[in-house]
Amino acid sequence: MNAVLLARLQFAFTISVHIIFPAFTIGLSAFIATLLILWQRTGREHFHRLARFWTKIFAVSFAMGVVSGIPMSYEFGSNWSRFSEVAGNVVGPLIGYEVLTAFFLEATFLGVLLFGWKRTPPWLQATAAVLIAVGTAMSAFWILSANSWMQTPAGHVMRDGIAYPVDWFAIIFNPSFPYRLSHMLTAAYLTTSLVVLAVGARYLLVDAFKEEARTMMRMGVGMLAVLGPVQLLLGDQHGLNTLKYQPAKIAAIEAHWRDTGPMELVLFALPDEHAKVNRAAIVIPHLGSLILTHDWNARVPALADFAENARPPRVTIVFFAFRIMVGIGLFLIALGLTGAVLWLRGRLFTSRWYLRSAGWAWPLGFIAILAGWLTTENGRQPYVIYGILRTQDATSPIAAATVAASFVAFVLVYGVVFSIGIYYMRKMIRHGPHGAAVAESSAPHALPNQPLASARESTRESRAEPPVI
Amino acid sequence: MSELAGSAYWLPLICAAVLGFAVAMYIVLDGFDLGIGILFPFFPREIDRDQMMNSVAPFWDGNETWLILGGTGLFVMFPRAYAVVMPALYVPLITMLLALVFRGVAFEFRWVAKPHHRKWDIAFSAGSIVAALCQGFMLGGLLGGTRVEQGHFAGGAFDWLTPFTLVCGFGLVVGYALLGATWLVMKMTGNLERRARRSGRVLLVGVLGFIVLVSVWTPLEFERIGERWFSWPNILYLSPVPLATAFFAVVCWRGLARTRFMFSPFYSAGGLFVLAYIGLVISMMPYLVPPAITVWNAAAAPSSQRFVLIGIAVLLPFILGYTVFVYYTFRGKVRADEGYH
Repeated sequence: MNAVLLARLQFAFTISVHIIFPAFTIGLSAFIATLLILWQRTGREHFHRLARFWTKIFAVSFAMGVVSGIPMSYEFGSNWSRFSEVAGNVVGPLIGYEVLTAFFLEATFLGVLLFGWKRTPPWLQATAAVLIAVGTAMSAFWILSANSWMQTPAGHVMRDGIAYPVDWFAIIFNPSFPYRLSHMLTAAYLTTSLVVLAVGARYLLVDAFKEEARTMMRMGVGMLAVLGPVQLLLGDQHGLNTLKYQPAKIAAIEAHWRDTGPMELVLFALPDEHAKVNRAAIVIPHLGSLILTHDWNARVPALADFAENARPPRVTIVFFAFRIMVGIGLFLIALGLTGAVLWLRGRLFTSRWYLRSAGWAWPLGFIAILAGWLTTENGRQPYVIYGILRTQDATSPIAAATVAASFVAFVLVYGVVFSIGIYYMRKMIRHGPHGAAVAESSAPHALPNQPLASARESTRESRAEPPVI
Repeated sequence: MSELAGSAYWLPLICAAVLGFAVAMYIVLDGFDLGIGILFPFFPREIDRDQMMNSVAPFWDGNETWLILGGTGLFVMFPRAYAVVMPALYVPLITMLLALVFRGVAFEFRWVAKPHHRKWDIAFSAGSIVAALCQGFMLGGLLGGTRVEQGHFAGGAFDWLTPFTLVCGFGLVVGYALLGATWLVMKMTGNLERRARRSGRVLLVGVLGFIVLVSVWTPLEFERIGERWFSWPNILYLSPVPLATAFFAVVCWRGLARTRFMFSPFYSAGGLFVLAYIGLVISMMPYLVPPAITVWNAAAAPSSQRFVLIGIAVLLPFILGYTVFVYYTFRGKVRADEGYH
């Protein structure tokens, strides 16, 4: 394998692991802040218990986000030094602002939130949570601005192969940035809402922590029912924007090999990259044109309209990654709307089929986010900065063996450390919120582990592990 | 550098000062919490380790953010130096980052894992030691010089590895351990405090030994550094640096020896660090990557530097403000029930 491919794999791996944690903590910090504000305003203790419970999980996730994030800020130089030289003037300050406006804020006030329960007043706890939530969103703002500039560069001039800033406003608010930011932030809130909903559903399935579980389910379903459809609209607008600025990416996403008339929508196919055709395709005529241009008959540029070296070399990845993302998105909308209907009919907490599906759905948001990033980043190829710098020209002058060794080290360390971290989060979720009201042991829906429910209640205050979920 | 006038001369210098400040903040602040990890093997009791960890847990994350600011600061303000340094120091850099992964997650994992937390004790301690060692290697490697051709790194993966870098690595481990020990003096009571005072004195002697060793070695090994320090009248202007170092060493020793001094050991140890760091900066200037890249020829576009400096001027006071606030909130001796787990 050559050094470029290894460097790409290493970046893809490290950032894919990393994004899981910020995507979760962006939403979770907002959730915790909301809970603490609700607790302040209503005085109801279960909000406080929930906030403290999720804060512990947040701390574990945040720590993993931090330690997997620090390598990112050095990887630009270690593996992508030529990218750093070409783009440093433009991308650098955006990342610098991320550190200044977000990282310090989050890291510092997390200390207050975690350790300040006994030293600071409740209003300061709530303020710290709000500041962390703002910090995580600010972080998304700057890093997505930097990424969007690499997708749709603007506001700069090129001199001697180096990008120089001309108009910072145009750089920050480059053409794809507003769409990417709103799409990603919504995805993060949806992902966390889904996890919260799933945990609530799982508690209800075993009749544990009922008061907390109901609150989690209501909040989760509410977020899903509102943000799911919103995300569909945002995604649609993002698609129109991509068609305008990166038509080759759209052609690859849709496996649109040749422009022969109004574009059909390919629901499923096996793209054949050598023959440049789709096998086993299921298509709906005209729908592609309608979705991408909002016009029944409009033509859409196809892969054949671009030079081989100016379009994504691999169609299969973007084609499937995109379909996974959209498929999950549609499922989440259905889950949210179904939940809302059940809620209105008063059956949200008793429909076991719904609780079970929601309980299993928790990883879907993360998968959708990873699939979305795979789509947009692979769709930008063969460029690292669209139209300006090719990926193959962006790496560091480092031997392939060195990159390979560090890649293996990252895979091993991340594989071990983050698997354990996720196992610990699962353990904490199984353990549940402390000091919750005792659940009724004579629940009508007896589960196989029901006899253990009372034992569970008695051990709740200890660190023993109850057989929940 | 007389051909550079006005902002082309001053902007890179201001940026270098800001970057230098971030790095100094990092080595002192993360230094003491890395030091706690380095000292872990000498404090085997679980209850001691719980307290030691709780004493730094609210701060470590913010402390480590200065490392991110250092890395991105170099990327932002001196992209050409960043593009040479990171490949040149690839091996110690990646090793340090992975070590920081282990020790960082240990802050949370250790509590969740209890009572099976031993592996995270080891991860925390080994991670801290390896990270400190690698930072010393990087410092030594940077001082030792980097092969640059046509603006790109042109050396091998282990160019940084010399006897001198090994000395820098071990010196930094001992130095961070001293910061950690003096932090414990400030934060702990009873037996733990007494033992921290005792190990602090041993570490102080070690640190002074390394300071002397590096101070003698660098001017002998690198001609330009010898000239910087020992040519007239530089030797006169620079004499306060060793004198102040000696002063802080005495204050630190006295503070560690007498139990009524709680704060002076930590602050004087921090002072020692800052002085050693100033000494290094004096040796390095105006190079960012000796012997090829200076602050001027690595500088980002003036408008990029200006844009970031505006942000720093506005935001750094806030950052420092709430950093002080957090340290104030968690001031004083650590209480037994400090954790949140």
